[in-house]
Amino acid sequence: MKRWLQRASRLRVTLWTLIVPPTVWAVHFLFSYLWAAISCEKIGEWALFPTAFAIGTVIALVLIVASGVIAWQQSRTPGDPPPHQEGTDIDRLRFLAYSTMLLAGLSFVAVLFTALPVIMLGDCR
Amino acid sequence: MRGKHVAIAVLPACLLSACNRHQSTLAPFGADAADIRHLFIIMLVGAVIIAGAVALLMRHAVRAPEGAISHQKGMRIVLWLGGIIPTVVLMGLLAYSLPYMRPRPVAPADLQIAVDGEQFWWRVTYRPAGATSVDSANEIRIPTGRTVAFRLSAGDVVHSFWIPGLAGKMDMIPGRTNDLIVRADKPGRYRGQCAEFCGLSHALMAFDVIAMPPAAFDAWLAGQRRPAQARDGEGARLFAANGCNGCHAIAGVTAPTRIGPDLTHFGSRRTLAAGILPMTQAHVAAFIRHPEKTKPGVRMPSFPQLSDDQALALARYLQGLK
Repeated sequence: MKRWLQRASRLRVTLWTLIVPPTVWAVHFLFSYLWAAISCEKIGEWALFPTAFAIGTVIALVLIVASGVIAWQQSRTPGDPPPHQEGTDIDRLRFLAYSTMLLAGLSFVAVLFTALPVIMLGDCR
Repeated sequence: MRGKHVAIAVLPACLLSACNRHQSTLAPFGADAADIRHLFIIMLVGAVIIAGAVALLMRHAVRAPEGAISHQKGMRIVLWLGGIIPTVVLMGLLAYSLPYMRPRPVAPADLQIAVDGEQFWWRVTYRPAGATSVDSANEIRIPTGRTVAFRLSAGDVVHSFWIPGLAGKMDMIPGRTNDLIVRADKPGRYRGQCAEFCGLSHALMAFDVIAMPPAAFDAWLAGQRRPAQARDGEGARLFAANGCNGCHAIAGVTAPTRIGPDLTHFGSRRTLAAGILPMTQAHVAAFIRHPEKTKPGVRMPSFPQLSDDQALALARYLQGLK
């Protein structure tokens, strides 16, 4: 775990990695709705593969948590206290890392909120 | 200042005048409405606690001197009170409420009642499993303790079917059938209402709901299946002469038609004009002559050419259909 964290801390958070958690959330959201709509319309019941849906949700959550952990590691890069608003490399990195971490938190909750009704209701009506 | 306080105390009390046990989610007679009331109370208590806590915190924040807490402590408060606690509370409420939202299971043997919304009345067809269907209108009877499947649609525009004491509302959409599965628990007379604006007389589109013990319901439905006991006479003659049978069906008397409400057992209903008027001879006669006075925008033409006596004779004939 420690080695993994060390390796993660060497990754650079960029604008591209910033959008990983909300993108995973968007894909999960779209997939859930499409799957439910097609499944209900074509076979009249939800769902054909409930286990596959649960696995997909877990994968989405793992991806989001991984992005969050990497961002959390980098947000702890030593430097001045917040707000990280100077135009320096270190402040830019910490700002991006902190934003990614918050987005990961939001996306994690959003994926759970999307998945809970699907899993607990499991009905097309 | 004192007047303001009195107004603050009295105005919310006026809302209590809306309380009744015939058309209220807070006075449920069905399992689903009871669930809705339960969830409403839980959410209300939760909302009051959260609103109170936020008000107290705001009061504290406004009064506290600047620099009373460190930046780090402030950020921690934002994280916990603004992020973690609301998320956990919302997650908890969602997980708690979801099982209540699970639709009730339904079997092919359960009674189906097809209800179509029309401007501005309700077409009702009882479809018991393994028996012939029964047409009716503007009144719905259901057995207590049994699952009932409402199959909801609409003939013209979007309506919404709502019996607050029984279950949540469900839209009625032309060309689509929505299922609402319910179970009534307490016998009694209740009321439903259209809950989606559908035209001039939307607010005047209601219906009586009568929940009956199963044996009484079965006997009633068997009675409804029998043709009308129509009497010949002036009323019957006027009914035919004025072309009423072109739109209204009376089983056993007229040819089937589906334009206006079925009148086969009209006289056994408690209200007239979709739950709006009491079923008295004078009201029936007045409605026949000038339906638009009671229901603006109604599709039934008026019959001002009928004399008072003729309208009363027609009303007597219709009220005799039991």
